[in-house]
Amino acid sequence: MFKSLLIVLMTAVLVNNYVLKQFLGICPFLGVSKKLDQAVGMGVSVTFVMLMATAVTYPIQTFLLAPFGLEYLQTIVFILVIASLVQLVEIVLKKYIPALSRSLGVYLPLITTNCAVLGVTLNNVSDGYDFVTSMVSSLGCGLGFLLAMVLFAGVRSRLEEANPPKAFQGLPIILTAASIVSLSFMGFDGIIENLFS
Amino acid sequence: MSKWKNFIKGIVKENPVFVLVLGTCPTLAVTTSVINALGMGAAAAVVLLGSNIAISALRNIIPDKVRIPAYIVIIASFVTVVEMIMHAYIPDLYSALGVYLALIVVNCIILGRAEMYANKNTVVDSAIDALGMGVGFTLALFLMSTIREVFGSGSFCGITIPFISEYKISILTDAPGGFLVFGILIAAVNYFTDGKGVKKKNFGCVGCPSAAACKQLGCTGEGDVANV
Repeated sequence: MFKSLLIVLMTAVLVNNYVLKQFLGICPFLGVSKKLDQAVGMGVSVTFVMLMATAVTYPIQTFLLAPFGLEYLQTIVFILVIASLVQLVEIVLKKYIPALSRSLGVYLPLITTNCAVLGVTLNNVSDGYDFVTSMVSSLGCGLGFLLAMVLFAGVRSRLEEANPPKAFQGLPIILTAASIVSLSFMGFDGIIENLFS
Repeated sequence: MSKWKNFIKGIVKENPVFVLVLGTCPTLAVTTSVINALGMGAAAAVVLLGSNIAISALRNIIPDKVRIPAYIVIIASFVTVVEMIMHAYIPDLYSALGVYLALIVVNCIILGRAEMYANKNTVVDSAIDALGMGVGFTLALFLMSTIREVFGSGSFCGITIPFISEYKISILTDAPGGFLVFGILIAAVNYFTDGKGVKKKNFGCVGCPSAAACKQLGCTGEGDVANV
């Protein structure tokens, strides 16, 4: 049981990395990865929101939508739940843990309409995971996002000193660098099954 | 502006993918084959048209404070309808697009146009804007998917091309290929417009609903409306 959870976790972080493989959460990835502290803050916030969103949407799916045959409302319900949840968390953080609110709170509005969070909740449902596995998978996706952000922040700090051709300056060279980082992650394909056997 | 100009701007001058750099997630994810790309483009265009019309019609009724949640509900409803129709009539495309079909809900293009255009203009103008953006989006997806499918799998719309398929570069259909082709195409846009084409130098924030949040992080793009 523990081993299968570990496999799910590592798969989410390395093999099916949300940013580098599944193209979810590209906007914050390209926009906020310039400085390391921002990258870490964003990654941690995304992980946090993913965990919360899964914790809330899983019971809704299992006890509210599925038994009454309302699966078609999934998209609408999930996105509304996520949006309100994040709002709520922002308010709660600001009032009760102002230090955390100052460091993470600024990223929260960015994450609400982000493909990554909605993507992880929908994927957990379509993969048919139970509650614990869903939470582990979301943790993995969030950590994978964090890992990708941190790595890419390092890459971008090198890009600052590079001198690409004029047409490539700005977004194109960043995307090319992202493609190479994504290529490196492809090396993890296929190691997970053999990692823990 | 004239109705025609309104329509055309979504295709070239303010192309949502190559100029405004919005909606990058589906662009990278579904462009591995031309048919998937066209399907996604059509679905997104339909949702965009429907939501622009609905939001523009309701623009004087929706209170400002609950603007974004209201837009999300409207857009999500259209996405659900499109999902169900696809599931019923084109199940192969439905399963090929997978989760990205549902993710049209959070596609920046749709929320962005609602925020920047539909809530300030008439229904007819918003509909034309949506059509233009939808066509522009579909064309951009078509361009990217043609490159990726022809050179990556040696086929076009599923039909294998005899000569090229022997020299296919399969990496193009994988994740890195997506980033690379997108980067090269934006570089091409930069080149042909002398650097004035792509509106966001760092990352496109025009019309993105999170622009205000980005600004707090000190993300400064150049020359775009949100001044992000």
